Amino acid sequence: MTDAQVTERVNELLAEEFELKMEDMKPEALFKDDLELDSLDAVDMVVVLEQEFKFKIKKDEAFKAIRTLGDLHEFVLAKKLEMAA
Amino acid sequence: MRRVVITGMGAISPFGEGVQLLMEALTAGKSGIQQLEELTKIKGLHPTIAGKVPRYEFKSIPRKHRRTMSAMSIFAILAANEAIAQAELTPETITNGSCGLSVSSTIGSVQALQSFFEKFLDGMSIEAIKSTEFFKIMNHSCASNLAQYLGITGRVIAPSAACSTGCQTIGLAAEAIAFGKQDIMLCGGADELHPLTVGTFDIIQAASTEYNDTPTATPRPFDKDRDGIVCSEGSGILVLESLESAQARGATIIAELTGFSSTSDPVNPASPSPEAIAKCMKLALENAAVAPEDVDYVNAHATGTELGDAAESAAIASLMSDGPMVSSLKGHLGHTMAASGALEIIATASMMKNGLVIPTRNLLDIAPECQGIRHIQTPVRAKIRTALKNNFALGGINTSIVLRSYDD
Repeated sequence: MTDAQVTERVNELLAEEFELKMEDMKPEALFKDDLELDSLDAVDMVVVLEQEFKFKIKKDEAFKAIRTLGDLHEFVLAKKLEMAA
Repeated sequence: MRRVVITGMGAISPFGEGVQLLMEALTAGKSGIQQLEELTKIKGLHPTIAGKVPRYEFKSIPRKHRRTMSAMSIFAILAANEAIAQAELTPETITNGSCGLSVSSTIGSVQALQSFFEKFLDGMSIEAIKSTEFFKIMNHSCASNLAQYLGITGRVIAPSAACSTGCQTIGLAAEAIAFGKQDIMLCGGADELHPLTVGTFDIIQAASTEYNDTPTATPRPFDKDRDGIVCSEGSGILVLESLESAQARGATIIAELTGFSSTSDPVNPASPSPEAIAKCMKLALENAAVAPEDVDYVNAHATGTELGDAAESAAIASLMSDGPMVSSLKGHLGHTMAASGALEIIATASMMKNGLVIPTRNLLDIAPECQGIRHIQTPVRAKIRTALKNNFALGGINTSIVLRSYDD
């Protein structure tokens, strides 16, 4: 998967799980204020991403710092790199 | 003690959304029972019929609220919205603490439990389990989802008593108002059909199994050819409030709830005794200060089981002889579990309003052990001033509620 394909897949997964519109899935979108996701949604986001990409997120401190969709894209790409290494 | 009145009613049932569709179907003598493909796939399960809520609209419930809801909570929301609209309760009234909630189901969502254990047992792992799953499984799922959705800040209770749940939630809500704890209570029950619900009754040999090819011919309350319960689903929600509150708001009063009793029958967890049922009805009538001979109509629990219908008939005969008209709505609706008490109270209040007694569907030949009471087999136009509603449950929980027409 190219980086673009990975970010597109992340957007699709989140749009489906949280009933979001694809056109709102912009890198600068804030999870809390723009996409209106809360702490319960964050837990489910972890489950969905772990199932899809087969890596572990729980207890990863970097995940807690994520505020925007763009932050998440970077986090997922870094995780995939980590796995490939 | 304050007087308690009904000012709003909402229903979702195998006949669709709304009290109007429910009453039209009951009045027309329709059956909500059908063959269900999903039941044929369960090994060892004998019944392949049930009552299912037809397609319903749920996207109007925001995802934030819907994510913690299984079907039963969605049913309860749809019924509550209708009841609130009829009662003309404002958002301020619902959220200011004067309004409480008493709603429950027989069990948390079995569908969500199944989903949980599918993932859990696959490697004994919780890694794939979503955060919202528990909110669908917990016993007070319906009550808490409804309270969160409506913004209720008063008391929220979720008493669960199998098939008596709907009657008990309404009775306890009435007591909360009578004692001055709340001015208004949303109350009732909801349940969603799962093959295990049907299986539970099949295992204890209380489910109807001989009418799979003619589903609308069962259940057959009080009939000599009855062979058990048919499971169903839905929700009934009522708005109860103190008479003072209703009058101050200028609300239209549908009926008065004057009596309630809830008793335990410790003789056997699965077979009700006529003596215990009679005592439960007697206590409700005493609570309402009504003599047995003044009851015009009994809306029976009668689910179509061999033992239950006979025991209820004997109990009614012992207490009221062949005085009041008696009918059961299970022949139309099947057994909607925790919703049954609420849906049938809604139907009873509607019958009181309409002056029409709906007969027991599928009661063609009264069983000898169910005789001695005044069975209604065809629609009867009659003034019902006082009605008694029964619900009995596995575990020996009996409940009765007394309604009185309101024309003061």
